[in-house]
Amino acid sequence: MTSPAAPLVRFKNVEKNFGALQVLKGITLDVAPGQVVALIGRSGSGKSTALRCVNGLEMINGGELEVCGRKLHAGKVDLLELRKDVGIVFQSYNLFPHLTVEENITLAPRKVRRIGKAEARDIAAEVLEEVGLSEKAQAYPEQLSGGQQQRVAIARSLAMRPKLILFDEVTSALDPELTGEVLKVIERLAREGMTMMLVTHEMAFARSVANTVVFMHQGRVWETGPGAMLANPVTDELRQFVGSGL
Amino acid sequence: MLGLTIEQIAYLFRGAGWTIVLSLLGFVGGTLLGLPVALGRASKSRLLRFASGVLVQLVQGIPLPVIMFVVYFGISIAGFDVPALVAAGVAMTLYSGAYLGEIWKGCILAVPRTQWEAGECLALTKTQRFIFVILPQALRIAVPPTVGFLVQIVKNTSYSVVINFFDLTYSAKVINNATYKPFTVFTIAALIYFAICFPMSLLASRFDRRLHRS
Repeated sequence: MTSPAAPLVRFKNVEKNFGALQVLKGITLDVAPGQVVALIGRSGSGKSTALRCVNGLEMINGGELEVCGRKLHAGKVDLLELRKDVGIVFQSYNLFPHLTVEENITLAPRKVRRIGKAEARDIAAEVLEEVGLSEKAQAYPEQLSGGQQQRVAIARSLAMRPKLILFDEVTSALDPELTGEVLKVIERLAREGMTMMLVTHEMAFARSVANTVVFMHQGRVWETGPGAMLANPVTDELRQFVGSGL
Repeated sequence: MLGLTIEQIAYLFRGAGWTIVLSLLGFVGGTLLGLPVALGRASKSRLLRFASGVLVQLVQGIPLPVIMFVVYFGISIAGFDVPALVAAGVAMTLYSGAYLGEIWKGCILAVPRTQWEAGECLALTKTQRFIFVILPQALRIAVPPTVGFLVQIVKNTSYSVVINFFDLTYSAKVINNATYKPFTVFTIAALIYFAICFPMSLLASRFDRRLHRS
């Protein structure tokens, strides 16, 4: 169904309401395999909501949304199946505090993918190496810094071998130094060809890593283009947003 | 000793033994009942919340001695001749099941919602999320209040005296009737109750401190 060139994510006039409040007012957006798309915009612009629609944490109210060949607007979608293909990393890490780093990573592969213990541990070792935390496999989340916890959360997502990873303001809770180590991991994934959508406030990062930057404003895609567009905004709103020093 | 014979003191300790037996029955039965009650109370299903809520409200709104009477005579009317131990055990099960259910509901709800969400986003099923993510965290939170409630169970077994169950309070009553030394007899009973309950209170506060340290 999905040929290699077909987009992994396809928004078509997507609308989303929270009660009477319309948060997404007709979003159209494609994400091709291997692409890194950065969603930027003020808080309340709908960027996080758009991201959460992609893995079915929020269901859309209008338009069409296709993710990894599944039509999320067509009623019955197996969300658990979808989430095997789409990973997500949150601002607040959301690691399991009662499990070691290794157990955090192997839980889903073992229970969902039914992978054996030894193989799951190999996967954990591999993804921990990827995020540079091999020596922390036996540590508990509370023993790690915020940046390290966030890298473990990324590793936990990677262990499911997703086709797409969503990042929801993953560095917003971190100080600049720790932000750097997390962004480095994301940059590395981008080089390796992982398809990613990220909601971020890091403009320099969006500019250097993202293939496409999407500026959202008042529930709409206001302006979209390559990273360079941040240097030459077309709309007043983006100019103001970039100028506001965020 | 204290104007009581060794036999009379031994009789009190036999009663204390049955107090412990009834407490254990109440705790084990209360756990078996309390777990589904907690799940029902914390459930998203309105029906389950309502059904478990009815049980909790009933038990909380009826004094334990009255529950003892109702169970004891209720079972007799149904045509079964049961020993007081069974009736007291059933009553204690209802009582501690309802309260433990409420305590554990709070512990389940105390685990942040984002933990459910994290499990969901890793494609874990609802049952897997509960068993591997929520339950272990809720259990840790539950230890101090549960041990604390054990003390309530032990003390409240004394209400079984109303259906003439032979526990510490009942045996003290019997010895008092034989010796007419109420102050001595009930002081000894009080000390025995205290000796059973105090270590548990101590344990509960130690668990509590450990939980808050980490």
